[in-house]
Amino acid sequence: MTNEPAPRKRRRRHAGPSALREQRRAAARHRAHAPGTGKALAKQAGSSKALEKGAKSGRSLIIACGALARDILFLIRQHRDHIDLHCLPAEWHNTPQRIPEGVRARIRQAKEEGYARIFVAYGDCGTGGALDAVLGEEGGISRLPGPHCYAFYTGVENFMRHLERDARSYFLTDYLVRHFDSLIVKGLKLDTHPELIETCFGNYDTLVHLAQDDDPALERKAQEAARFLNLAYERRYVGHGDLATAIERFAGETSSKAEE
Amino acid sequence: MSDAEEDDLDLRELDDDELVEQIQDDLYDGLKDEVVEGVEILLERGWKPYDIMTKALVGGMDIVGKDFGDGILFVPEVLLSANAMKAAMDVLRPLLAETGAERIGTMVIGTVKGDIHDIGKNIVAMMMEGAGFDVINLGINVDADQFITAVKEHKPDILGMSALLTTTMPYMKTVIEALAEEGLRDDVVVLVGGAPLNADFGKAIGADAYCKDAAEAVQTAKAFMQRRHNRRASA
Repeated sequence: MTNEPAPRKRRRRHAGPSALREQRRAAARHRAHAPGTGKALAKQAGSSKALEKGAKSGRSLIIACGALARDILFLIRQHRDHIDLHCLPAEWHNTPQRIPEGVRARIRQAKEEGYARIFVAYGDCGTGGALDAVLGEEGGISRLPGPHCYAFYTGVENFMRHLERDARSYFLTDYLVRHFDSLIVKGLKLDTHPELIETCFGNYDTLVHLAQDDDPALERKAQEAARFLNLAYERRYVGHGDLATAIERFAGETSSKAEE
Repeated sequence: MSDAEEDDLDLRELDDDELVEQIQDDLYDGLKDEVVEGVEILLERGWKPYDIMTKALVGGMDIVGKDFGDGILFVPEVLLSANAMKAAMDVLRPLLAETGAERIGTMVIGTVKGDIHDIGKNIVAMMMEGAGFDVINLGINVDADQFITAVKEHKPDILGMSALLTTTMPYMKTVIEALAEEGLRDDVVVLVGGAPLNADFGKAIGADAYCKDAAEAVQTAKAFMQRRHNRRASA
């Protein structure tokens, strides 16, 4: 027996040190062309899979973040005769740099399909004005007011008034509570690397659930999320806020156009 | 990964070049303990802390930064890599001070008032430190008075400001105006960064440059230091 400690053993990839990088690059290429991404939509817009030119002539389209689908479908339920909804991947919430070109591709496809009016149901959503630049370049298309969904669900004016009070608040809408495990826990790898909870959420003190519905099950889930992130919990019922105002206005405008 | 693709490895069996490459690979994979072990082995072999920092760690993080920019890596992977680098820097930092490694400048950095997001800012701080800057990290929610006080106290070459929110980024202009009022604006190079910013915004608020990521911040800071050095040499 020897007093010398055994050398530490560790795993190493046989394929060489760069193997994982190559795997990830391949995955990124795959993601870039996966359904629902900007490049895939652009390709689809010019392919036989796209609807025939003019197929949607005279109708109106809302291009929305997938996180808003449920609420927008509720808000346009009386207007489905002339408004369509197309949602882009909600997981772009975590990669906002993908939003502007993804939205542009869908707008161009919609124009080819003959949509008479288009509305974009996104806030700035962390694009730093890049989405607004795209909307300007595509003919001055309107979007939801404010920087992000937390603001327009709360009501932008109200949200902006309380910025200082809420500086340490981490917001979840009903959608984000519903998909907390997939988007936040797995999306940020908090399940396999719990040390990232402190890195990502250590500066927050409260999880604020901006509720759209009165749903006790969802409320319990939000409370569990707060516990998981080591944050205090607060629930604010905000309903649909400025989202309702904007969608109802678009529905009203397009309804009168459709009747003309 | 299947067993056929991997085997056990003793880092001590690797020669220096292989070990540096392995440290970079482990950094890429966010393997904190392995990165620290690799750094300790290089120290035992007589490597200078500065060389370990620049060749193994900064070199590795440059790859991480590039792949993040290219959409190959995402936030969690970058955070794990950054945590691994931080652990390695904790080993090297006292040794760097002890060996009097050359420092190329000083930076004061902080996340502006009203904003508590510091992940990107902390990565910039770490990479600047790795590039040879002394970094005074003021933390989050830093107001203009705190920035001014730090500039007066530390006389930095570079002042870095970060913001993640569109609602807080305008505060950077307030800080730049406060620097001007105090007659300090020309003493520091102001770099700004954060997800919602862009070059036009940086220009509009009177910053010297906008940096899209940590690697660009390091390059920009070094370029400004070189220009300053050249000006002084020709004066």
